[in-house]
Amino acid sequence: MEPAGPGLRGQAPLLLLLLLQAAGPAGARAETLLDAPRARGTSSIPPSPASVVAPGTTPFEESRLPVFTLDYPHVQIPFEITLWILLASLAKIGFHLYHKLPTIVPESCLLIMVGILLGGIIFGVDEKSPPAMKTDVFFLYLLPPIVLDAGYFMPTRPFFENIGTIFCLISAVDPVAVLAVFENIHVNEQLYILVFGESLLNDAVTVVLYNLFKSFCQMKTIETVDVFAGIANFFVVGIGGVLIGIFLGFIAAFTTRFTHNIRVIEPLFVFLYSYLSYITAEMFHLSGIMAITACAMTMNKYVEENVSQKSYTTIKYFMKMLSSVSETLIFIFMGVSTVGKNHEWNWAFVCFTLAFCLIWRALGVFVLTQVINWFRTIPLTFKDQFIIAYGGLRGAICFALVFLLPSSVFPRKKLFITAAIVVIFFTVFILGITIRPLVEFLDVKRSNKKQQAVSEEIHCRFFDHVKTGIEDVCGHWGHNFWRDKFKKFDDKYLRKLLIRENQPKSSIVSLYKKLEIKHAIEMAETGMISTVPSFASLNDCREEKVRKLTPGEMDEIREILSRNLYQIRQRTLSYNRHNLTADTSERQAKEILIRRRHSLRESIRKDSSLNREHRASTSTSRYLSLPKNTKLPEKLQKKKNVSNAGGNSSDSDLEAGPRCSTCSLGPDASCQNSSRRKPPRPIKWSGRTRWTWIPGRINPAAPQLPTVKRGPPRPRVCSASPSFPKATLAPCGVTVSTKASNPSRPPGWSEGPRNLETGRVDLGARSLNGNGQSRPGGTGPAQLWRVT
Amino acid sequence: MGAAHSASEEVRELEGKTGFSSDQIEQLHRRFKQLSGDQPTIRKENFNNVPDLELNPIRSKIVRAFFDNRNLRKGSSGLADEINFEDFLTIMSYFRPIDTTMDEEQVQLCRKEKLRFLFHMYDSDSGGRITLEEYRNVVEELLSGNPHIEKESARSIADGAMMEAASVCVGQMEPDQVYEGITFDDFLKSRKNPNVRAQLTSKEADGGGSVLRSGSHLRGHHDLAGHRHRDQDARPLP
Repeated sequence: MEPAGPGLRGQAPLLLLLLLQAAGPAGARAETLLDAPRARGTSSIPPSPASVVAPGTTPFEESRLPVFTLDYPHVQIPFEITLWILLASLAKIGFHLYHKLPTIVPESCLLIMVGILLGGIIFGVDEKSPPAMKTDVFFLYLLPPIVLDAGYFMPTRPFFENIGTIFCLISAVDPVAVLAVFENIHVNEQLYILVFGESLLNDAVTVVLYNLFKSFCQMKTIETVDVFAGIANFFVVGIGGVLIGIFLGFIAAFTTRFTHNIRVIEPLFVFLYSYLSYITAEMFHLSGIMAITACAMTMNKYVEENVSQKSYTTIKYFMKMLSSVSETLIFIFMGVSTVGKNHEWNWAFVCFTLAFCLIWRALGVFVLTQVINWFRTIPLTFKDQFIIAYGGLRGAICFALVFLLPSSVFPRKKLFITAAIVVIFFTVFILGITIRPLVEFLDVKRSNKKQQAVSEEIHCRFFDHVKTGIEDVCGHWGHNFWRDKFKKFDDKYLRKLLIRENQPKSSIVSLYKKLEIKHAIEMAETGMISTVPSFASLNDCREEKVRKLTPGEMDEIREILSRNLYQIRQRTLSYNRHNLTADTSERQAKEILIRRRHSLRESIRKDSSLNREHRASTSTSRYLSLPKNTKLPEKLQKKKNVSNAGGNSSDSDLEAGPRCSTCSLGPDASCQNSSRRKPPRPIKWSGRTRWTWIPGRINPAAPQLPTVKRGPPRPRVCSASPSFPKATLAPCGVTVSTKASNPSRPPGWSEGPRNLETGRVDLGARSLNGNGQSRPGGTGPAQLWRVT
Repeated sequence: MGAAHSASEEVRELEGKTGFSSDQIEQLHRRFKQLSGDQPTIRKENFNNVPDLELNPIRSKIVRAFFDNRNLRKGSSGLADEINFEDFLTIMSYFRPIDTTMDEEQVQLCRKEKLRFLFHMYDSDSGGRITLEEYRNVVEELLSGNPHIEKESARSIADGAMMEAASVCVGQMEPDQVYEGITFDDFLKSRKNPNVRAQLTSKEADGGGSVLRSGSHLRGHHDLAGHRHRDQDARPLP
């Protein structure tokens, strides 16, 4: 197992650099990487520097100044670690170059295959037994980030709603493998959370049972006391881990309360405390995974509110990065360690192991879910059960544990290893690859969306909301009770203790500003997300009263509806180890931003609508020239602007970006703007005196006004001709009158902030609302600068 | 009335009226007490205590439905100020699954009742018609979750949908003919029309299937919409 001699070591770096893709030598070095912690710690000290240093490079006795030296051993370990990670990351990039591949074959399979390939090369080149994945490395370094990530981004509510079931389900499936597969196939929320929770919690089971049976095997006789001790041990390990995690989680939250002066190290605390919980739990032989999960779940709510937005983003990204890299490495190492001489094949043993694993899994799931179905209101269907059973993948934990078996107690360890590897590969490859088609096959009732009518869609959404509402009114009594209790306790004590008070209001503003800038840049880079659809079809159909909608129009309307109808809660989970999906709050904030942007743009467009001719899209001019219809135009006018903004978004954004930077927004420019903007406003907002326009506020220095936001549309205004289109004004007046006619209608806005899930952006949005920076329904420029 | 659960006779009476089992009634009664704060009646404000409901864009409509005299079978219009437990059960009973033992006629009746409940939610002024204004209102509320949707676009969607309904119900209209609104018959018609009653794709609604999750085993409220046979495939089942 020890690495090759000095000669090879000397050459290795060059080879490594040149042959990274072939990776043979690199693989060979992995051995040392994996062995390193142990090797260094114990007996086999690597050769002394003198003997290792490549001959001729460092004259030892004569101290001439060397021009060039090569001291590979000096950097060996970090060098190899870096190369491995690099390799893993490159492999990942490689898979995703071809889009369809990851959807067909789970990434874990591909990584294992790469690993096997590398292992084969190492095996062929070195003719040495390839490195085994050392359990130390795995359990102390590779596993925690993955679990931390999963725990931190765990959707708490569904998890606790299903916790009973989860506990019933726990069996020794592997979190890494299962999550890798399940996050790719989009099953429903409940199923996902069951599998997710199960795979997370089962570490307590896996590792504990493993230790238990190992010690049983080492004992000569097993008495009843031992069995009970084992059961007790099981609970101690699990609960102890959770307690440590919760404890450290609170401390972490408490710590971040005081970090506002040293923002830079804020993210560090999250990682340190969670890792500390893991290590501490391991130290006491408690479940580290439970500890780190509990820690992450405990702290994330409070930390999130304490740390700055930047730190928060950093935490999220770093966590994703770590877990992603860990996962990749685990799978590659699994592949690498598969190839080797430590196998002993026995058909009967392997086949029976595999069969029993599958049967046991199926039996466990079906029996236990049958039992739990008596207590569940929404019973798990046969389909769910089947998928859960099918998703019982074995993976790296199993792999690591089997290598951990003491050969003294298990003389035929190799047989065990072989069997375990076969089971793992069978589950990861065969089950992992087939589960997606299977889910799709079982879900065949996906119906044809094309035939759906608009009114039906509305009706159904409405109905969904009614259902949800009634459901909420009925409530899930038990859960609600405890949740309310906890919430009260939380509000009363915990939050006061853990969350910094006097959160400066400005931070909300600054957060908002940051978000705005970020999104403005994003939109400029990517072309705006087409949030505002074209309304041409709608207008058309309004015009010719009874004309049947053409399929194209229907599609369009449907598109609007499906994209924009408020969804009943968050039904799909957004957890993905590899992507940082924008969470709800972020998405909501984004919507607010986009919305603001649009309204601003639109207002400016309106002002400068005359000079549209030099960019007029056909639709625009068409509507302008429409004969005045009674109802249409006022809607049209707006819609056109909106659709304009949406339709031409990409190019206008793209061009706006650079222009914005070149066009300086001096005070005179803003004055121009204000003078130009004034005319429509009095008409639009005549009824609302509180929305007043103060030119001074448009100054970019004003805190609520992110310059980037206003930037893009501005140039257009600058170039606008001062004359004002009468045609546009008149419809505006009509709009106002209709609006004024039903003042009782609640502004749509009021729902907006409520949807925000987390307090953070919720707060932000509310405050924005309070400041009156943004107000949907209104389209005038004045809405952005309301004087309060 | 508030102590209905303790007196078994009263429970039995309620069972007969609403079709709930005694377990379910007890469960709902507990919830009722929780909502009302141990008062015999619930007022509108009590619904503010339901945190989940806050996120619902049509929250006001849902709450309103509880107090709607038409739904309470107490009159043809207007709102009640407060409802007692029996009224609460009455509302809830709209969401009971259709009994499998019922014959076809009863099933039809039951569906009609459920649809009527829904119709009343649309028809907020008890005018017997879903006017354009009401329809717009509904769509606006539905879309209110997305701040970047203009009210005007919501309106035009409503207009489009309205016209669709008109075309389904009235057929070809004269240019000057005015469609005043969807009557309940039209409403039923549009639910029955095989074209309109296309299948539902609502993956996102998965798991939202069960209305009464409180262990009361009341599922199948998807029958509320009335088209049971077809939609059981299409609608998300729990």
